[in-house]
Amino acid sequence: MFLINCPYCGERDQSEFSAGGEAHIVRPKQPTELSDDQWAEFLFMRKNIKGVQLERWNHSHGCRKWFNMVRDTSNDKIHAVYKMGEKPPIK
Amino acid sequence: MTKNLRIAKSKFIDQTSRISFKFDGKTLYGLKGDTLASALLANNIHLVGRSFKYHRPRGIMTCGSEEPNAIVQIGNDPSITEPNTRATEIELYEGLEASSQNCWPSVNFDIGAINNFFSPLIPAAFYYKTFMWPARFWKIYEYFIRQSAGLGKSPTKPDKDIYDHRYLHCDVLVVGGGISGIIAAKTSAKNNLNTVLIDDKNNLGGTTLFQHNECFKINNSYSNEWLKKEIETLNSVENLTIKTRTTLAAYHSYNYLLAKENLTDHLDLNEKKGKIRQRLWKIRAKKVVIATGSMERPLIFNNNDRPGIILSSSIKKYIDYYGVKCGEKVSLFTNNDTVYETAISLTNSGVSVNSIIDIRDKTNSLIVKQAEKLGIKIHWKSTVVNTKGYKRINSIEIMKLSDDGTSVIEKKIKEECDCLGISGGWTPRVHLFTQSGGKLKFRDEDNVFLPDKTELDQISIGSCNGDFELYDVIKNSSKLVNKFLNINNNDYEKLEIISSKEMDKKNIWLLPSDKSLGRTKPFLDFQNDSTAKDVKLALREGFKSIEHVKRYTTTGMGTDQGKLSNMHALGIIAETAGVKMGELGTTTFRPPYTPLTFGAIVGRNVGEFFDITRKTPIHDWHVKNKAEFENVGQWKRAWYYPKNNETMYDSVQRESKAARNSAGILDASTLGKIDIQGTDASEFLNRVYTNAWSKLEIGKCRYGLMLNEDGMVYDDGVTTRLSENHYIMTTTTGGAANVLSKLEDYLQTEWPELDVYLTSVTDQYATVSICGPNSKKILSKLIPDLNLSDKEFPHMSFKNASINNIKCKVMRISFTGEHSYEINVQSSYGKSVWEKCFEAGKEFKITPYGTETMHLLRAEKGFIIAGQDTDGTMTPVDLQMDWIISKKKYDFIGKRSLYRSDTIREDRKQLVGLLTDDPNEILEEGAQIVAETSKKPIEMLGHVTSSYFSPNLNKSIALAVIKNGKNLKGQKMYVPMKNKTINVTITDTVFLDKENKRLNA
Repeated sequence: MFLINCPYCGERDQSEFSAGGEAHIVRPKQPTELSDDQWAEFLFMRKNIKGVQLERWNHSHGCRKWFNMVRDTSNDKIHAVYKMGEKPPIK
Repeated sequence: MTKNLRIAKSKFIDQTSRISFKFDGKTLYGLKGDTLASALLANNIHLVGRSFKYHRPRGIMTCGSEEPNAIVQIGNDPSITEPNTRATEIELYEGLEASSQNCWPSVNFDIGAINNFFSPLIPAAFYYKTFMWPARFWKIYEYFIRQSAGLGKSPTKPDKDIYDHRYLHCDVLVVGGGISGIIAAKTSAKNNLNTVLIDDKNNLGGTTLFQHNECFKINNSYSNEWLKKEIETLNSVENLTIKTRTTLAAYHSYNYLLAKENLTDHLDLNEKKGKIRQRLWKIRAKKVVIATGSMERPLIFNNNDRPGIILSSSIKKYIDYYGVKCGEKVSLFTNNDTVYETAISLTNSGVSVNSIIDIRDKTNSLIVKQAEKLGIKIHWKSTVVNTKGYKRINSIEIMKLSDDGTSVIEKKIKEECDCLGISGGWTPRVHLFTQSGGKLKFRDEDNVFLPDKTELDQISIGSCNGDFELYDVIKNSSKLVNKFLNINNNDYEKLEIISSKEMDKKNIWLLPSDKSLGRTKPFLDFQNDSTAKDVKLALREGFKSIEHVKRYTTTGMGTDQGKLSNMHALGIIAETAGVKMGELGTTTFRPPYTPLTFGAIVGRNVGEFFDITRKTPIHDWHVKNKAEFENVGQWKRAWYYPKNNETMYDSVQRESKAARNSAGILDASTLGKIDIQGTDASEFLNRVYTNAWSKLEIGKCRYGLMLNEDGMVYDDGVTTRLSENHYIMTTTTGGAANVLSKLEDYLQTEWPELDVYLTSVTDQYATVSICGPNSKKILSKLIPDLNLSDKEFPHMSFKNASINNIKCKVMRISFTGEHSYEINVQSSYGKSVWEKCFEAGKEFKITPYGTETMHLLRAEKGFIIAGQDTDGTMTPVDLQMDWIISKKKYDFIGKRSLYRSDTIREDRKQLVGLLTDDPNEILEEGAQIVAETSKKPIEMLGHVTSSYFSPNLNKSIALAVIKNGKNLKGQKMYVPMKNKTINVTITDTVFLDKENKRLNA
């Protein structure tokens, strides 16, 4: 079970958080302009790699804020957390 | 049988306190400090169980958690008994009752033992291979196989004991209270680190605690005497918490660990009462020191499983710690120096040692010389080729090993004995290290897997790190701990240590016999009865992966998880397959290290504390009025109110009629309520609902449908505009929390530019819903100054009002199709306002109705329930609710998905009404719908989602989803049931009052 450093609250137990999948998938501003394939790309396609991955997390039993995380899925090491809207820190 | 094998020299056993206990119904006596195993051995009882497959007699083999054989059932009441407990770990208490498992009628005479004679016919995977065909016979086979499967008996009644969970945070956690753990804990605590030391035994010290031998000395004292003083000093060390009887069960990432503390298992029956039995500690440690020691390995030779065959270090513990002789004529069999220490202990305690059989050519370490000095006979370069004695070993056969160790030579020597101590070397307990994600390396010299790489802040020290000799344990542990904690403590560097050093090593995984392998029984996994032959068979049949061999032969799959057997299984596989052990790897070590009770896992979360229960402010009234309740999410909702022994069906029929004919009252407090404020609130609603919100007037309400981004209906509810920038949204009862989370997600991540604030106010409001043709009259009695005319207060609008000075928000909205009002008040006034409404409605025979009637009434009107008539695969178009999708809005959540190639298919399942040809026939919810019955198999076109008998229409009605249902109105369909087929006709979804006249009645 991870210890997660919420950018708003500090270090907390993983049980206070929920995972929200791959980060930096932006909802298209003009969905109606998109083909079925382009829309499907946004809607369904998610990476699930072994290694360093950018993820969304929510401090659901705390401040309820969403934030991003750089996590290595092969060893669960969390390299960084950063706020929504911020650029991922360079690996 | 009644021989007393106790010697009165142990300092760890209270010789004066006799304890009575029962084993297999017989009353026996032990001493305080005994385990069940040591007490049984003191009573000369070795035979304690039968093996799983062949029902061979089995005895106590170890003195710890790795015990494969001596697993017993505890307790005399079959309804609360505990199976599969290890006799070697049960501390004896007054009144303990234990019995053998896996035997019938008794451990001494077991019918199942016939399997042993058929054992050549029951190789690995016998059951998989034999009961494959004919397939239809499986039903018969299964009955018999189930009868013989399983270990022990499960209790049938709820556990009466109390269990507990607690959190613990520390700088350093030291797992294992042997000599290296003590060194680590003391070093750490003295350096002002908040330190916790845990050990699964009832006292600290490990095996050094009873190591009283000339060959092991520290600063001129015997090692046990030095350690005893060291333990005494721990009492005065600050920052140190010691927890004994505490087993580390699991080691997860980020140094999160679970440990089970036994609090009352060792107490007398009458002392246990009312106390917490076990506590699960959830530990978060900054640093972890693993000092879990090592386990002695058995040797794999023909008939190595008889009662009386015991690990040599266990024999030593029984004599030196418990003062119990495992036998009176003991033979010892080894490939390393360990047994020599046992031989010396036994000789010093007056037990005669027949001989030591050592597979090595000759060795001259300090301890071996000492044994020779005592006159103990040693058979060098020899092996045991067979053992005899059915329920207890009575003799062994010894032969010389050939030079290459693959065969036996010369004459067979027979030696009588009543106990055989065996030692195949040592296996570091790396279980916790690997559980935590650590990678192992293999040391060829003594065939051990050792901790190698880890991502966590942890170290392994002592024999779990491959240091098996006293000198190395002390010096290396101290060095490693200093480095790990970045400190400099040389207390242990200065110690003068004498310790015998093992000089020669030799290992043979499967020892040869004078018989061919096929005619021998060299057991690997004692609990699951798998032999070296089975493993070899698996390899011949093509299994290569160690994980596959394990599952095929069940080696290492017992309650002991192969603690004793795994290394030999790996060794034999590597040897047979011709690969290196280091390359073969190990099977996965999974938590828990030893079995946990379910009680410890669930802690206090049992019975009514299993989950959170939410109750409305009006709950007590429902209870007083004999409501039956149903669980909706975590809520308890009034389901129906039976009168005079009514059935649920009768209650619902009565309640439904009353609501349509006069007035009904419903507690709607559980509906989710979200307060939405901000200058962009209208824009926000436009984006989350399918319909348009900008033009909703202040004081008006609107129904909205919320989709997922994939276009599927997610939730629905009515939202009211309270002022320019202030709305209150209602959601379904079960969906409230998820809807709020989803909306927050969009606000924070996709639309941070919107000025909108969301607050859950579900618990802040109580909601009383009054419906029916008399609802207007009732409300006018309650709020006389409110103009209730359709012009002033039309359907889908809202007014602020007050009932006896209690402020309330009244919405004229309807989920039943009747003229109806929802009164929202601060939740603390909920019950009083409900009672006022009830009082005011008495003259109209106002009838409280529950969720079931609510469901029936809305079904008559064809209103959907999100989650009942939808299941995450229904779009608004599928629900025939095209009217709610705004054509003008550029975008909303899920809009683009509504014209994906899949969602515009005509033949999707669509919501329709169903009427049964026989109006009295009520369909079952979930029943399948087909177009014809003559052909089989036939495509299932859909299923019934809601079904009721409508008392107001006097016929059965149902909602269903059917492929292409939209275009099938009027078509006949069939609902095949178990013993009949019901004829139905597809209809419109609205059954009652299609013109909505009743809303304004």
